[in-house]
Amino acid sequence: MKRKAFAMLLSFLVLAAMLASCAGPKGGADEIVFGIAQDLDDDLDPHKMISAGTKEIMFNVFEGLLKPTTEGELVPAVCESYSVSEDRLSYTFILREGVKFHNGAEVKSDDVVYSILRCRDEGLVPAFAIISGVEKKDDKTVVIALSEPSVEFATYLTAAIIPADYEMQSTQPVGTGPFKFVSRVAQDNIVLERFDDYWGEKAGVAKVTLKIIENADSLVLSLQSGSVDIASHLTAQQVAQLGDGFRAETDTMKLVQALYLNNAVKPFDDIRVRRALSYAIDKHEIIDVVFGGYGSPIGSSMYPAFAKYYVPELTDYYMHDVEKAKSLLSEAGYPNGFSMTITVPSNYQPHIDTATVIVNQLKAVGVTAEIKLVEWASWLEDVYGNRDFESTVVGFDAAQMTARALLERFTSTHKRNFINYSSETYDALFAKAMITYDDAEQTEIYKQMERELTENAANVYIQDLADLVALRKGLTGVRFYPIDVIDLSGLHFES
Amino acid sequence: MKFAAKKLASLALTMLIVTAMTFLAFSLISGDPASTMLGTNAAPEQVEALRDELGLNKPVHQRYFEWIKGFFTGDLGNSYKYRNQSVTSLIAPRLGVTLELSALSFVLIILISLPLGVIAAGAKSRFYSVFRSALNRLCMAVPSFFIGLLVTWIFGITLKWFSHGAFVPWSVSPAASLLYLFYPAVCIAVPRIAMTVNMLSSTVEAELKKDYARTVRSRGAGSSRLLFVHILKNSLTPIVTFLGQTAAEIIAASVVIEQVFVVPGLGRFLVSSISYRDYPVVEAIVVLLALWVVLASTAADLINFGVDPRLRRGAKG
Repeated sequence: MKRKAFAMLLSFLVLAAMLASCAGPKGGADEIVFGIAQDLDDDLDPHKMISAGTKEIMFNVFEGLLKPTTEGELVPAVCESYSVSEDRLSYTFILREGVKFHNGAEVKSDDVVYSILRCRDEGLVPAFAIISGVEKKDDKTVVIALSEPSVEFATYLTAAIIPADYEMQSTQPVGTGPFKFVSRVAQDNIVLERFDDYWGEKAGVAKVTLKIIENADSLVLSLQSGSVDIASHLTAQQVAQLGDGFRAETDTMKLVQALYLNNAVKPFDDIRVRRALSYAIDKHEIIDVVFGGYGSPIGSSMYPAFAKYYVPELTDYYMHDVEKAKSLLSEAGYPNGFSMTITVPSNYQPHIDTATVIVNQLKAVGVTAEIKLVEWASWLEDVYGNRDFESTVVGFDAAQMTARALLERFTSTHKRNFINYSSETYDALFAKAMITYDDAEQTEIYKQMERELTENAANVYIQDLADLVALRKGLTGVRFYPIDVIDLSGLHFES
Repeated sequence: MKFAAKKLASLALTMLIVTAMTFLAFSLISGDPASTMLGTNAAPEQVEALRDELGLNKPVHQRYFEWIKGFFTGDLGNSYKYRNQSVTSLIAPRLGVTLELSALSFVLIILISLPLGVIAAGAKSRFYSVFRSALNRLCMAVPSFFIGLLVTWIFGITLKWFSHGAFVPWSVSPAASLLYLFYPAVCIAVPRIAMTVNMLSSTVEAELKKDYARTVRSRGAGSSRLLFVHILKNSLTPIVTFLGQTAAEIIAASVVIEQVFVVPGLGRFLVSSISYRDYPVVEAIVVLLALWVVLASTAADLINFGVDPRLRRGAKG
């Protein structure tokens, strides 16, 4: 009986395993599964999307009059060409022939007028407040009039063009991009399909399923076992786990990672202390130790991918120097150092690892730092909302392709100036940038603002993190941009 | 009848306490659904407008009473994160998946631990019992998520018996669905099988020492008949109670395992809803979990009532 029961049990297990091994293979070679760490926003309306994770994906579904290239230039998309009047107050757009929406209708001037006015009237694109009128000249010509000139206006013309009076954008979005939205299941997947009537270069694969896998270990396992073909925003360690079946391409996250300091609380209200910390923290060591050498060191609130605005010499403005740090601390009245708390959101391991190395580096100058892990939701409310913190390690991204997106937040009256940075020079420079209509001149002012942040040691700047994309062997065609987008249209299988 | 009324009252009270605690917990911890949904690039005005829209500016007790009212009228409201979808429509398919996973785990636990436990108690070899307790401790000590990683690595990546992350819903193919869930179910079951075997064999060993066991044996019954008929029947009450608790624990374990195996179930949804501070969804799932725990223990009581005449007599008197 004993033996019989054991035999029965064994045969049950073998049977179960055999049945399990019959699990079928996945879809054809013209389809890919892309693993993403979080679900998209509930509202897929292109003018109302907020999270970076949603925008980077829906970049494939929507296009504006203009769109960014991999080099950071703006080129005509829905429009064929455009001209700007001499006083910079009038923009005339000639629409491209044969541009269709995913519902099959051709893009007409009415749609453009509708889209631009919707963004302005509902306050969806704040920069559109300077638009004084949008006029349809004929079916393929639109004129936008401004009440004041603006250098950056063209940057915002990437705002999506959508069909006039279509009511279902939030749930069944319709745009003009190389992929059309097909379906979504909350917290599980989003399905996109190639838009065969796309005016430009057609997408390389017929179908992309974006699969949501929150757990980082599970994402790696899914890649390894074949149910996911590609994933981005991976770390060097994760890619190393993947092994031979994968190829990695390296980009940067387009984030300004720093030890952000609350400039209003003691001892960080003292510039000598902030400078001492900048000398004490060795960003190159952090990149080598935690990130295996991947990552671009930075010295101000700007990352190298934004080449136009980037000031390389600021990177090593504070060369790692323990003695200098100690003497600055003594000067500031802290010869024996002090204790501080670093608040770190617990959902992103690279920030936690960075903070851990910082704690060690600060020990060498007598500063005792303690890491406080908080949930992302708590971080947003306590640190970002209520400014109740001493220091924090996070990364900030640029919502638009302009330096303003990274620099405006440190003007003293800005509502999101959570580090309480306060500098009259900085505020004056920003005000000047806003009324400078020459691109080169304005860029120079933005660079000056970056220098201000560095010289005043507003924060201890660390790096723009490496962003690794892992692709199953045979899959190719990843394209990188200076802003955070995932371009799916170039992906294809090598034949 | 009296029994049923008592159970119902305790169920209602449990629910009330659990839901109130959840509301209270969320009002105490920091983190706000509106700012979590909007992220770092939103203006404070946008966050405030969304808070208003979601009714978050009302005091917590008012929100709780409104929720209770909705609960009794069958309206659990809409999710905060997925504002176009009702909580019910979001949870229903996930409940199905979790029930499927839990049922499969439970069946595995019973199928494997009942015979093993009884056999283990009957086994006399010293080596065997040492081996058994070592294996047992190991199975109990290893956390489920680690077993999950191990199982995936062996069966998913090395042997390629299943494709990690490629869950198939029951509605598409019941067989494929069960086959995928077999692996997470094993991970949930392993530590519980160890505990059940342990519990069962010590109960059976205790019964074997009793007088009636000797009497049965002296009447000429074989040792397997003794074990599986007489002893098992007499050990049933504590086993059923234990299995009732195990059924409740399975749900807790599935929260972790669903994440490891990317199963779109209730547990994984609970975790992400907590991180989004999606209160309506969290409340609904908490209610379901509490209901599950109470139901599991009630079912165990009812079964014991059926098998043990002593309990029935006790209830009447």
